[in-house]
Amino acid sequence: MFQTALDTKPSQETKSARDIHLSAFRYMMLARVLDDKFAALYRAGGKIHGGVFLGRGQEGLSAAIGISLQKGDVFAPLIRDAAGRLAFGETVLDSVRTYLGSAHGPMRGRDGNVHRGNVQEGLLPMISHLGAMISVVNGILLARRFQKKFGTVGAACIGDGATSTGSFHEAVNQAAVEKLPLVLVIADNQYAYSTPTSRQFACDSLAHKAAGYGVDVQTVDGTDFSACLKVAGEAVSRARREGGPQMIVARLLRLCGHGEHDVAEYVDPELKKSPLGRDCLNVAQDFLIQKNWLDEPQLAAMKDEIAHEIETAVAQAQREPAPDPFAEEWRALVSGHLSEGTMEP
Amino acid sequence: MSLTYLEAIREAQARALRDDPRVFIYGQDVGAFGGAFKATKNLAMEFPGRVLDSPISEDAMVGMAVGAAIEGMRPIVEMQFADFSLVGFNQIVNQAATLYWRTNVPCPITVRLPFGGTSGSGPFHSQCIEAIYAHYPGLIVLTPATVEDAYSMLLEAVALDDPVIFCEHKFLYRHLKAEKLPDEALPVGKARIAREGRDLTVVTYSAMVHEALEAANELSTEGWEIEIVDLRSVKPLDTDTVVASVARTGKLLCVGEAWPWGGVTAEIISRVSVEGFGLLDAPPQRLNAKDTPVPYHHNLWAAHRPTARSIATTARNLLRQ
Repeated sequence: MFQTALDTKPSQETKSARDIHLSAFRYMMLARVLDDKFAALYRAGGKIHGGVFLGRGQEGLSAAIGISLQKGDVFAPLIRDAAGRLAFGETVLDSVRTYLGSAHGPMRGRDGNVHRGNVQEGLLPMISHLGAMISVVNGILLARRFQKKFGTVGAACIGDGATSTGSFHEAVNQAAVEKLPLVLVIADNQYAYSTPTSRQFACDSLAHKAAGYGVDVQTVDGTDFSACLKVAGEAVSRARREGGPQMIVARLLRLCGHGEHDVAEYVDPELKKSPLGRDCLNVAQDFLIQKNWLDEPQLAAMKDEIAHEIETAVAQAQREPAPDPFAEEWRALVSGHLSEGTMEP
Repeated sequence: MSLTYLEAIREAQARALRDDPRVFIYGQDVGAFGGAFKATKNLAMEFPGRVLDSPISEDAMVGMAVGAAIEGMRPIVEMQFADFSLVGFNQIVNQAATLYWRTNVPCPITVRLPFGGTSGSGPFHSQCIEAIYAHYPGLIVLTPATVEDAYSMLLEAVALDDPVIFCEHKFLYRHLKAEKLPDEALPVGKARIAREGRDLTVVTYSAMVHEALEAANELSTEGWEIEIVDLRSVKPLDTDTVVASVARTGKLLCVGEAWPWGGVTAEIISRVSVEGFGLLDAPPQRLNAKDTPVPYHHNLWAAHRPTARSIATTARNLLRQ
């Protein structure tokens, strides 16, 4: 289920800078607390089947993308995009339901954790081969051109690792050839699982790849949510105005393991101490307080409200039934008459 | 007028484009050029903007189709050769085939695979990979053997709400002719008795149907009557029609142009063994291509795949048991 607030979300142009920043910050905070909750449930054991993948350190970039999109746009997030998902309209309850395996969740137990989505609402559930999502976004945008539906954009988010895949190359080139309103966001977070960027690519910046495709590109400090908001907003606007595909390369550091199973001892301590290792949430909070757009009591109230929202969702999802293998319809085709069944004797 | 298998595929696409505004064609050289085999000849001109040349990007071609299908379109993707679809394999089996099950959103795409061997085509333009796709849940895999089926099954493929792998045999493209297009057809999922007989059932599909028919003609001069089941679709597999035929003949030979390990012929024997073991008067047999890449030179190619002669020889051995 999607938040109805999305329907009434004013476009960025009509909101003040203060409102946009505060809204983005709240999604960042919500995502961080939600992620921490999943991590705690994972460590407690038994509640979560499968892995937990956090967006720690990437919430600023993620929220900036999500908040720059509008209802009707398409969003193909990466695994660290809890903030962007929430900003785009995914409910806390849907993410909790998916992690906890509620039958009422959008994936009904058939898929889990970060593979959740809501296709009808434009939120695509990723397959694990993340680069493969880009051309699917292209296809939705091409279909809208066929259908003469203009003015929407599609955002696809990947990490530095996915830029090494053939799917990435094929899809970026395809979007450029078709001049599609694609916004491709690359979170260059220094590690693809444990592989450092030095073993991933040899160019100075991933942004250099854009010229080869004939695609516009902006680079941004991914730890600075205000800069991310500006760059994401501009890229989405250009794509919306038929400006063709837009690439954003944001440099930042993943402030967690690949998943919660990964203690990430391989992360270079020097990187953690460098500007890339700044926690975007702290940067955002300092920025808002310095601007006088947020004070300590407001911050405390925001944290309380978020904690309550998440606890409520967790409590509800825990009361909901798990998927029932005996009630499950074991059928992968729409065409029931062509399904082969389970081959049971 | 007569019409080839290839022209039937072109006509089916023309009709799909004419009848359904959601249909479009996407593939390499399919536009003004009309496709490597001319299966989309003149369609770009007749249906402006709806027959699009793609970059050489099989992965992105299928990804694009999945996205368009999500948005309500009915894309037909032409792979230049079935062999090249392996570059887009991930999108087909992991993206397209899982979408409906994961999300409840249908993925009505048709991926056309010009497949199978022709003399001189070599290892990378000849492969029969229908079984690899059939292995994955969420896909329908069609293998028409006649001009009529090429036409009607392609139309049905586009109309189905599921992803369809449409395996059209290149050897049949120009060899096979029919007087006219069919007005009605067996539905997808039903096998066809291509020839009735009492002594032995040959289960096969696509180009091998014609090799089997030739073998059956030869054997009939020796007094044997061979029944031939044309599967038409390898997924779903019409086990009922196969078992009913074996019930009549008591003997089973499965013939496929694909490689021998696993695959359609092995699946048929497995199913008949499970569901109709008592119907068999002799151990079921299978005949496939040799377990090497498909060779280039005609002499090698002709010996690599099953032929009317090798089918007749295998059938004779089985008939004498």
